[in-house]
Amino acid sequence: MNLLLAFIQKAIGQGVAILFGATGEIVTEKSGNLNLGIPGIMYMGGIAGLMGAFFYENGTENPNGFVGFVIAILCTLLASALGGLLYSFLTITLRANQNVVGLALTTFGVGFGNFFGGSISKLAGGVGQISVKTTASAFRAQIPMLSDIPVIGDLLFSYGFLTYLSIVLAVCMTYFLKRTRKGLNLRAIGEDPATADAAGINVSRYKYVATVTGAAIAGLGGLYFVMEYLGGTWSNNGFGDRGWLAIALVILALWNPANAIWGSFLFGGLYILYIYLPGLTRATQELCKMLPYVVTIVVLVITSKRNKQENQPPASLGEAYFREER
Amino acid sequence: MSKEMTVAKKEPFVRMIKRDSISRGKEWGIRLLAVLLSLIVAAVVIVAITKQNPLQVYLGIVDGAVGTNRRAWVTIRETVVLLCIAIGLTPAFKMKFWNIGAEGQILMGGTATAALMIYAGDTMPNWLLLIVIFIASAAAGMVWGLIPAIFKAKFNTNETLFTLMLNYVAMQLVTFCIVFWENPAGSNTVGIIGAAGQKGWFPQVFGNAYGLNVILVAVLTVGIYIYMKYSKHGYEIAVVGESQNTARYAGINVGKVIIRTMMLSGAICGFAGSLIVSGASHTISTSTAGGRGFTAIIVAWMSKFNPFAMILVSAFLVFMQQGSIQIASQFGLNENASDIITGILLFFLIGCEFFINYRLEFRKSRKA
Repeated sequence: MNLLLAFIQKAIGQGVAILFGATGEIVTEKSGNLNLGIPGIMYMGGIAGLMGAFFYENGTENPNGFVGFVIAILCTLLASALGGLLYSFLTITLRANQNVVGLALTTFGVGFGNFFGGSISKLAGGVGQISVKTTASAFRAQIPMLSDIPVIGDLLFSYGFLTYLSIVLAVCMTYFLKRTRKGLNLRAIGEDPATADAAGINVSRYKYVATVTGAAIAGLGGLYFVMEYLGGTWSNNGFGDRGWLAIALVILALWNPANAIWGSFLFGGLYILYIYLPGLTRATQELCKMLPYVVTIVVLVITSKRNKQENQPPASLGEAYFREER
Repeated sequence: MSKEMTVAKKEPFVRMIKRDSISRGKEWGIRLLAVLLSLIVAAVVIVAITKQNPLQVYLGIVDGAVGTNRRAWVTIRETVVLLCIAIGLTPAFKMKFWNIGAEGQILMGGTATAALMIYAGDTMPNWLLLIVIFIASAAAGMVWGLIPAIFKAKFNTNETLFTLMLNYVAMQLVTFCIVFWENPAGSNTVGIIGAAGQKGWFPQVFGNAYGLNVILVAVLTVGIYIYMKYSKHGYEIAVVGESQNTARYAGINVGKVIIRTMMLSGAICGFAGSLIVSGASHTISTSTAGGRGFTAIIVAWMSKFNPFAMILVSAFLVFMQQGSIQIASQFGLNENASDIITGILLFFLIGCEFFINYRLEFRKSRKA
């Protein structure tokens, strides 16, 4: 029982970063932009939040956890939105190929994160690893009272603020996409931008807003990882391939953020399953770590084989829209 | 009069107009300008971090890339690897098949190479071993390219996401193999394979350790150039890439072309894996591909699949990378600085294509 409880807690802990990334990417993809720069943007968001908190904690005598918390979130949103803006400018205004820009952005973003993560304390004149304990403890603060309830408290109320935010955001985005006029417009653009344009929707503006918003949401996943998961420090390439997993999760969730919630917990579970499965050797553990990717491939193949209308990627995904080239 | 005023107000400040044609000189002039701008921006970034004279920083980069004979050859070695991968991706991309799984294909080729170096090192003469390595690594890469191609041809499964996922499956296979191959035990790394007998290592050609790498990739480049430009297969690839419906109408079996081309693409990327493992690092790890599978996509795309442009672009990128690694170690910063520099260069190079295809027309003042 305790083992199962720990497993579920750990799985959710692994899943939250992926969930932020997937929610952001779904919003982006619904506008027809396949942003492969999301992994890089998540690195940028993570390191920006960490740097913001670091400079704040270093600059004040008695750093206040709440102020650091706000600064970190603002820095993350700003940096990741800038990443999204760069992507949007290159693909929408300058009409460059989406995959190429996305991959370049990932190269840049991962390098950006690792570079500053590895050098920031040195550049600031200090030594050793960068650490922001006060801010991180604010991110890790649990709900008082509720988290003390046995079992249920551990299961439902033992997480930090960002975990709940990720779920709320996913639900809000589902509502936005399915139930609002603007969401409908956005989906129309993703399916057929020419028709949407003819209906009087400003395609470029929607694409810009969706991509930048999506990037900002994804960046929070990076922040979650450095603050709540790592406890306010940086490890080079520690974030690993979670950004790509987020893009995989978009497929698993069939482009619906609500599905991404349970999907992310499933992915988180698969990601750490090898620790909990008894009887695995070191070698078979490595094979077990393949599971999230294999599951994604299977889902991808099945959805393409069944070819159901509502489970397909947005029809114009990955294609640029130029009004004069119809 | 008043009507004219409102029209004037409505005219946008700047309009983009597609160019009918552009002279080659102007085209390369724009690219050169983009490179210069990117170098300036990169310099600003480096100066902001290191607080050094930018001119000195660039001299440091040149020194890091080609300053000594050894450094120059490392730059050449890395360039031909990147070129080889880009050449491998060319047929697939020309067909508009988004093979972003080069990382995985390289890793599979590299794993096959390492396996042969470890298990077959003493069973045959070195030249035969190398030939077996080339075949096996190409076959391993081919399988990795074939899987998504079959599903694309049969069910139209999205290849971008499929090949991407296969990268990570390949990565786990490598860590799986490392468990058995690790040396020394418990280090979780494979170490240099066959350091004593140099079994399965590329022999020296013209007295240089990397001579063979250059020759092999040069032959491959010319071969693919001819294949794409003058063979029937190459033509079919181009037609499928332009429009699958046209291809079907012309009686081309689209599924067959997709599968055949991806086998070729995967095989070359797998071969690049042997180039890295057998011809350079003599070891295998999850970072054997090291993101080059992604960088090569950008190289191939920006060069518009022109092999000579590919040589230029990959040489330039590797030059800057090697140089900035040197700069970073000089100032005790970590080597990821080179990724930032690469990223900046790529953004400018990607962005400048717009100005080659379009020209901007600013609002004319009414009086003129």
